[in-house]
Amino acid sequence: MTTLPNTEQVWEALAQIPDPEIPVINVVEMGIVREVQIEGPKAIISMTPTFSGCPALHLIREQLEKTARSLGFAEVEVKTVLSPPWSTDWITPEAKERLRQYGIAPPKPAQEQGSLIALEAAPTRCPRCGSFDTSVKNTFGPTLCKAIYVCNNCKEPFESFKTV
Amino acid sequence: MRSEVREALIAKLTALADDEVILAHRGSEWTGHGPILEEDIALANIVQDELGHATLWYGLRQQLDGSDPDQLAFFRDAYGYRCCELVELPKGDWAFTMLRQYLYDLYEALWLEAAQHSTYKPLAEAVQKIMREERFHLQHTQAWVERLGQGTDESNRRLQQALDMQWGYAQQLFVPIPGEELLVAEGIVPDLLPLRERWLEHSTRHLQNAGLKLPINPGYQPTSRAYHTEHLWSILAEMQSTARWDAEAKVW
Repeated sequence: MTTLPNTEQVWEALAQIPDPEIPVINVVEMGIVREVQIEGPKAIISMTPTFSGCPALHLIREQLEKTARSLGFAEVEVKTVLSPPWSTDWITPEAKERLRQYGIAPPKPAQEQGSLIALEAAPTRCPRCGSFDTSVKNTFGPTLCKAIYVCNNCKEPFESFKTV
Repeated sequence: MRSEVREALIAKLTALADDEVILAHRGSEWTGHGPILEEDIALANIVQDELGHATLWYGLRQQLDGSDPDQLAFFRDAYGYRCCELVELPKGDWAFTMLRQYLYDLYEALWLEAAQHSTYKPLAEAVQKIMREERFHLQHTQAWVERLGQGTDESNRRLQQALDMQWGYAQQLFVPIPGEELLVAEGIVPDLLPLRERWLEHSTRHLQNAGLKLPINPGYQPTSRAYHTEHLWSILAEMQSTARWDAEAKVW
């Protein structure tokens, strides 16, 4: 008879799943996996969407389920939770550093989300040369979570993670 | 929840979702045709968010009546849709699309701000989620209104034309659906009347600063979401064709 892993081991296994759009960080570091519960032969995983229209959500959900099944759970339930809403503050500091090395400016600390008309205040640093002399080229980028900047110092365009 | 409140909430969620789906599909018609690459990408992002919001609204409805979001989006005909007529209008030129998106984003932002304290917890949670995305939209589309309004004679003329056409249609966003007063009384959704005042105040100021004149005669103002323009039939025919052709087709 095989023994099923405990929650800690499930967390470890889920931390092997890369984010489908930013493979240098995994779905646990990203803050997408919120809770793991084990009830006998059943694993219940709670996840929260980053951006509600993110096309990677389907894939992440599938992979969470597949990974839990591969650990021996006969039944796996992947629940979606919306509250509290996902924040880039949940991305771990190590993962933020890896984002930077990957060429994506990491998100800044999230401000209070009270007003809808607030502009982004904190300066964005070029992930390549480190200069703060950067400008937004497009609030929207190749994926919902990123904006496009250009560095006025090294002249390189780069992606920046939106702060939410 | 009393059954008449529940029915009204189902209808309201459907209206919210249908607006987002149709507007998103109209926006997606620009993909590959945007005036510049960056704007092509930006609009695709915005409408992908709107589609995400629709998923959340349909999801809330599903919790209440077990309906399948995909069935609602892809297998309902125009008579069953409860979107407003503004979102159905053909995409027109870039000024037309940006103005509609601006008028809608401003309404959505104000509605969300007011709805974040909804007494219906699942709705309040969805609103918190959506608000984080929506602020990027309004910032973008209000900048476009300013840019086109104060740009050249031609861009101003086109934007003014769009405004003359859309102003009356946009008022439908503030027409309550049948039974909405029950939801307002329970604190589930915000009252549209004070929201309309705020929307008028914000939009009037912004449009006038952009060099536009508000239409003296607001023109046609639709009132019931049970009626649609002829355009809804053709947009659904296109949007639903893949699903109706092959219901098992993969989502992505």
